[in-house]
Amino acid sequence: MPIINVENLSKVYPVAVKEPGLKGTLTHFFKRTYTAIAAVKSVSFAIEPGEVVGFLGANGAGKTTTLKMLTGLIHPSAGQLDVAGYNPFRRETGFLRKITLVMGQKQQLIWDLPALDSLRINAAVYGISDQVFRQRVSELSEMLTLSDKLTQPVRKLSLGERMKAELLAALLHQPQVLFLDEPTLGLDVNAQVSVREFLKDYNERYGATVLLTSHYMADITALCQRVLVIYEGQMIYDGSLDGLLETFAPCRAVTVELAEVKTTAALQTYGDLSEVSGRVAHFIVPQEKLTHTLSRILAELDVVDLTVAEPPIEEIIGQIFRSGAVG
Amino acid sequence: MIMKRPIQNALRKAGTLLTVYYAYMLEYRAELLLWVLSGSLPFILMGVWGQAAQGGRFGLSSLDFIRYFLAAFLARQFTVVWVIWEFEREIVEGKLSFRLLQPLDPGWHHFASHVAERFARLPFAIALIALFFLLFPQAVWLPSLSSILLCILVVMLAFVLRFVTQYTFAMFAFWVERANAIESFWFLFYLFLSGLIAPVQIFPPALQKIVMWTPFPYMIDFPASILVGLPVNVGQGLGIMVGWIILFFGLNRYLWRRGLKRYSGMGA
Repeated sequence: MPIINVENLSKVYPVAVKEPGLKGTLTHFFKRTYTAIAAVKSVSFAIEPGEVVGFLGANGAGKTTTLKMLTGLIHPSAGQLDVAGYNPFRRETGFLRKITLVMGQKQQLIWDLPALDSLRINAAVYGISDQVFRQRVSELSEMLTLSDKLTQPVRKLSLGERMKAELLAALLHQPQVLFLDEPTLGLDVNAQVSVREFLKDYNERYGATVLLTSHYMADITALCQRVLVIYEGQMIYDGSLDGLLETFAPCRAVTVELAEVKTTAALQTYGDLSEVSGRVAHFIVPQEKLTHTLSRILAELDVVDLTVAEPPIEEIIGQIFRSGAVG
Repeated sequence: MIMKRPIQNALRKAGTLLTVYYAYMLEYRAELLLWVLSGSLPFILMGVWGQAAQGGRFGLSSLDFIRYFLAAFLARQFTVVWVIWEFEREIVEGKLSFRLLQPLDPGWHHFASHVAERFARLPFAIALIALFFLLFPQAVWLPSLSSILLCILVVMLAFVLRFVTQYTFAMFAFWVERANAIESFWFLFYLFLSGLIAPVQIFPPALQKIVMWTPFPYMIDFPASILVGLPVNVGQGLGIMVGWIILFFGLNRYLWRRGLKRYSGMGA
């Protein structure tokens, strides 16, 4: 039985619209007009206990809005939602004890006090006894290699250490369902790896279910067997990560070094331009158009060097985000 | 593993919140002294009214005024509330999200940090009063034990009333960008009708009658008058205070439930 079940979930935000300039400002002051922005449109999916699922989408695609609805922070405009047997928006104690949300760009720890003080508050709020509290803090801080940092004021910690302390605070009550929104945002490569390893370890040790968003593909490839892809509020892919890549496999990354610099507009006529740096242009070309495109490039441009390769995963995801279509 | 006894559990929550927020407030040692001093408007007014009373037109002597404003200073120290700015920031920055994820009403965090701040402020306020008595020994008076106890009760209620009204205005942050504008408007009435500028006793009798039904005089004038020994209707006063607390609390919970449906967890 799924631990997370989402059916036709939607969220519409009213957003005030203001024209630029003084006239627009005055109109905005006296008569405010709102337009409804549909952030999430009829999204459905189910997640089984213990699964680690990656949630992918460009900025503003609706990932965070979906996570906020799943954690009960915001009220859905329409649809059915079931997390661990609860309706999230009611925020019942039983539900709150079972879930957690970690936001890479936000922090819950009190800035001017040692993390241990914030942890004590969490222990009291969740009704964790002193004995269990000490045991969990030592276990988690060992997994996170953080033990000697907990007595220093949070503001004195490095970004990586702070993120680890945030994870500790978010997991102190041993939740079964983890919602992670960019948990490795801004961390250096070493810190990213250790957060990733910790999450993997946590998932294996406690059988916790994880739904995570990240802009670092390494997070997704290291942790998730399954991915959900959301584009402009709509779910466009739900399946294995390999499946996503296979669907996109009939694509090649073509790198062309030209004798002279060409404008982006001129280059775009040859296909999906992913990057241009000086005389070097990178294209993502569908398999079936590869021969045609290559012959056009060789015939029409002054080519110094040309390579064809498997595209990197970031490119594939990026192309999906741009086009909004899989395959 | 999870503690079953609800009372013990609630006490532990309260104790932990208070000690942690007390530690938090003590991080701001220098600021605390300034915050206490920033509440010294009554000392200025004390001088003004002390002079004015020498004409004997107000039915209160200079000494009465001096003692009244000392008591007003104390009452103000323990009823200072800033929850609207904190709450507004939590809404605007999306920090309310973390509080909503925990099985404890977010209001308790604010309440506990205010109560903890009272304890952090207490030594500074007492030192200031002691200094004042050292400079003006003729102003020293000893209230009766019963009026001290009654005053403590009334100051606690006054704090709850001030907190619950401001926290209710704070709820409008769900709808408008700057809810503290409401508090600024309310503060104008508070300034004149609470007894901070002048004791309610010297107001025209007709105005006094109306003012006594509003929540304002119970925040400063009522506890100050009890401590100084000016005549007050204790029963009616306590009744009106409790009435306003219940009214605002009900409104607060209603707006909270409505507001949460509008909350969008901005930036978070």
